[in-house]
Amino acid sequence: METLNSEDSARVRDVLEKFGKLPVPVAEIDASADLYDSGLTSHASVNVMIALEDEFDVEFPDAMLQKSTFGSIDAITSAIARLTD
Amino acid sequence: MTTVYDTDNSADALTVSDVLAVLREHADSVDRDARFPAESVEAMRSAGMLAAGIPTEFGGGGHSLSELARTARALGAECASSAMIFVMHQSQVLSIVRHGKSDAMAALLRRLAAEQPLVASATTEINIGGDVRTSSCAVEYDGEHISLSKTAPVISYGDYAEFVLATARRSQDSPPSDQVLVVCEKPNVVLTRTGEWDTLGFRGTCSPGFQLEATATTSNILGDNYGDISSQTMLPAAHILWGSAWLGIADAAVAKARKSVRKAASRTPGLTPPSALRLAELYVVHEQLVDTVFGAAAKYEAIADSPEELGAIGFAVKINNVKVTASTLVIDIVGKALQICGISGYRQDGDLSIGRHLRDAHGSAIMVSNERILGHNSQLALVYKGK
Repeated sequence: METLNSEDSARVRDVLEKFGKLPVPVAEIDASADLYDSGLTSHASVNVMIALEDEFDVEFPDAMLQKSTFGSIDAITSAIARLTD
Repeated sequence: MTTVYDTDNSADALTVSDVLAVLREHADSVDRDARFPAESVEAMRSAGMLAAGIPTEFGGGGHSLSELARTARALGAECASSAMIFVMHQSQVLSIVRHGKSDAMAALLRRLAAEQPLVASATTEINIGGDVRTSSCAVEYDGEHISLSKTAPVISYGDYAEFVLATARRSQDSPPSDQVLVVCEKPNVVLTRTGEWDTLGFRGTCSPGFQLEATATTSNILGDNYGDISSQTMLPAAHILWGSAWLGIADAAVAKARKSVRKAASRTPGLTPPSALRLAELYVVHEQLVDTVFGAAAKYEAIADSPEELGAIGFAVKINNVKVTASTLVIDIVGKALQICGISGYRQDGDLSIGRHLRDAHGSAIMVSNERILGHNSQLALVYKGK
């Protein structure tokens, strides 16, 4: 499975911190924890998607635009890794 | 159109055409007095229609979404308020069917199939800005017992439903987006009316605001979280079935327009009246509405067992588009039908009167506002590629 380096993972967490509007600091969220259960709203998740596309200069194809792709920090980093491969 | 549904009291069972006749008889008084269509709902119950969407293994009719859509369309042509009650009920029941996921919910479905009580919805709440995917109120726990207090700006047919499905935060510690769906049953849910319902259309849906105070047990909470229930079932079913009821309104208006043109044609044998051209144009738009509704129902059925595809942004955009398209088209169709019928359509009396259809049609864009739905899609549009 493709993985991002730790610097890229930190960039994902930065995006989440800025656009995720999570009720807890992103640093306290486990990489495998369910982001929606952690308080990510569907509205904020779209802002996160947009910010990730800008940050990593990628485009998520429509088939990837679903809840599971953005369900955890691990899921996001692996999705980005697939697109930047 | 003469299907007899399976019910225990099949000797007394009404056929669909019997039900339609009851709706037809009472539609005008329901509209005029803004009263609950009690006779129509009782007729639907006698025909087993309120259990139509429940799988046969629980004693229901086992109808697909397309079949429910065809029923809603037929009802909508007679009495749009009754049709809206039918489809709102079905959306709630389907949510339990697909997301209940417990023995208690299976037992509930058997009761809903046997007794056919009306199931209403309390998803909106004051101070959430119209976003039903967030809740302010929360479930409170005392061991197995739970309680819920919610201020709902609208609960359609709340006074006449035995069950209300209410959204709430999972617990008092949960963020607004972590929602559950709670089955509240009278008399353990008390609805106190906070307003009146005197509107331009859909007057028989009797949809004022209510203060909801409910007690229940933890087994009344659906197994899946509300985010999944909404995206996979409640929202698509609601938009497709609302569209079907509105198609019924369009059917009624088109039938009157056709009647008007035929009358004109019979006065000038051998000559096609000018209004026939308008009727031909009307069928162009009507066809678009038919395709919108049944195309979406078929699409839904094709991916109904794939949470991944149902949860995709592309499907959310599509299903929102169904609602916006269907409401825009029904308003257009009824307006065009009025022009064709002329003064006979404009009159409030007579068999070509379009007034009730026109007022009901406008409700489609207002009740759950197209502006809000487009607002939601406008955000999704920034990331959705449409291919």
